Amino acid sequence: MEFLFAITVGVMVSAAVYLMLSNNLLRFIFGLVLISNAANLTIFVSGRLTDGAPPLIPEGADAPLVDVANALPQALVLTAIVIGFGLFAFAIVLVFRAWTTLNSLTPDDMRLAEPEEAQK
Amino acid sequence: MSWLLALPIVVPFLTAVLAFLTRQSPLGRWISVAGSAVLLFASITLMNTVLRDGVIAGQMGGWAAPFGITLVADLLSAVMVLITAIVAVAVSIYAIADVDEGMERLGYHALFNMLIAGVVGAFITGDLFNLYVWFEVMLIASFGLLVLGGRPEQIDGGVKYVALNLVSTIMFLTGIGLLYGMTGTLNMADLATAVDDADQRLLTIVAVLFMIAFGVKAAVFPLFFWLPASYHTPAFSVSAVFAGLLTKVGVYALLRMFTLVFDHDTAFTHTILLWVAGLTMVVGVLGAAAQSDMRKILSFHIVSQIGYMILGLALLTPLAIVGAVFYLVHHIVVKANLFLIAGVAQRIAGGTELSRIGGLYKSAPLLAVLFVVPAFSLAGFPPLSGFWAKFLLVKAALDVQGWIIAGIALAVGLLTIYSMTKIWAQAFWEPHPDGIEPKLSSLSSRDRAAMLIPIAGLAVLTVIIGVMPEPFVQFAEASAAQLLDPTAYITAVLGEQP
Repeated sequence: MEFLFAITVGVMVSAAVYLMLSNNLLRFIFGLVLISNAANLTIFVSGRLTDGAPPLIPEGADAPLVDVANALPQALVLTAIVIGFGLFAFAIVLVFRAWTTLNSLTPDDMRLAEPEEAQK
Repeated sequence: MSWLLALPIVVPFLTAVLAFLTRQSPLGRWISVAGSAVLLFASITLMNTVLRDGVIAGQMGGWAAPFGITLVADLLSAVMVLITAIVAVAVSIYAIADVDEGMERLGYHALFNMLIAGVVGAFITGDLFNLYVWFEVMLIASFGLLVLGGRPEQIDGGVKYVALNLVSTIMFLTGIGLLYGMTGTLNMADLATAVDDADQRLLTIVAVLFMIAFGVKAAVFPLFFWLPASYHTPAFSVSAVFAGLLTKVGVYALLRMFTLVFDHDTAFTHTILLWVAGLTMVVGVLGAAAQSDMRKILSFHIVSQIGYMILGLALLTPLAIVGAVFYLVHHIVVKANLFLIAGVAQRIAGGTELSRIGGLYKSAPLLAVLFVVPAFSLAGFPPLSGFWAKFLLVKAALDVQGWIIAGIALAVGLLTIYSMTKIWAQAFWEPHPDGIEPKLSSLSSRDRAAMLIPIAGLAVLTVIIGVMPEPFVQFAEASAAQLLDPTAYITAVLGEQP
């Protein structure tokens, strides 16, 4: 099961890197979303995958009686997803703003802050 | 004890909330100043406690370490929080003059204090995932501050800043995931011992992931390109606080992780760091030499100065770590101050492009004196703070027969003087190209006080560190001893180990 997930993560990362290397900001953002989900999956898998064992503690006991799923990675992934959502919302708005003010989505054309020749 | 640790995070957080609620009125800026002052008080208290009791730790939410979120302050954390508070006070006063009402209405003060909360949180947390969360708090606040005002250059710089920092964030997250998978813990003190049982080769790979993630934040070669692309675009108070604090959080994280957790294969990791340090110094200073805008020159110098701190970490001898800690503290004060001064120059001389300004020495001698102190400190002139910082690091390099790296460090210092004299000659000595005389009296008396008091305060601090380095070096020695022998840190977090 972990093996399958590892392959999935690998495929996602390679697709994401391909997207991020393209000369278009919107594709870059899509790549970023994809690679961040790959990172989330990595955390999820590193907690080990256990099938059909919810992390519930029976009433009256202090600890789970049998081997259960690791709940911590899910908490971590949830936090990462929420944070990622905020960051990507900002990034997408920024890219939209870049498109309206700079009339371009090509990073190579964005030379306002760093002019190619220092104007004398 | 834990309230003392939480206070430096809670204070700026609450200040941010209050400043957000009052963003429509001028009250916000005073709330920001007051909040920073309270933060300064809290961080002095924290520093006193750490000096008296040694490393202190607190478990948030009542879950014992390593399961809960740990806040922990050793000497390095405490001094970083203290210096953050000092910069926060300086910049929040400066912002009274620098930040216009339009930016205030958009929530400048709220974002600023949120940024401070994120920075302090990153310094004080003892949990790796919590460090990630503080990084994000800091990052989202810095995104907002960077593009606040929305001029096209800001959007342009912002795109590059956001893109590269988000990539670094994902590297960090992946590193956390892999490290958790290998050790089953994310508590930094627990990790320090848990990594001994992990596959050492895999651990090195994870270490490199962290090195890249923090390297982007710290703006080291070859990962620094977002910094000179963006730092000269926002308001001056924003670039001052970015220049002073943001990259140093990356350096702090490197310093912490590569002394506490990733010290298993120093021959590999710290050799990479040594190369990175040398190249960062050289590339940064050469980049600065090619620029003709005050803020761009200063931005490239951030990069080059980061190289010195990484050099201290890479050598990993007690003296080198002392140098790195000393450098870290000195540099925050000096660099923030230089950006604040650039802001004054822009206000009275009409720009930061060196060919278009001039005459500041003749008509604003006070500003000239205030510039000389941090500029020469940055270049490493005795008896200013930068001299001792560079002296310690070069001495540390010579002690381990690192002739080449010591030579690079000295040569880069020389080139730093070149850049500083370039600013000095063109902005201060040469007459203004338009024939005007830029006078400080052209500022309103309120603006003059709000801009010059923080600059003078930071300059005095630079001189104090320079003239009386003894207590500061002793402090850095104690702090370096804690970093190199993390027993006290681990015991404070986890209790006595069998």
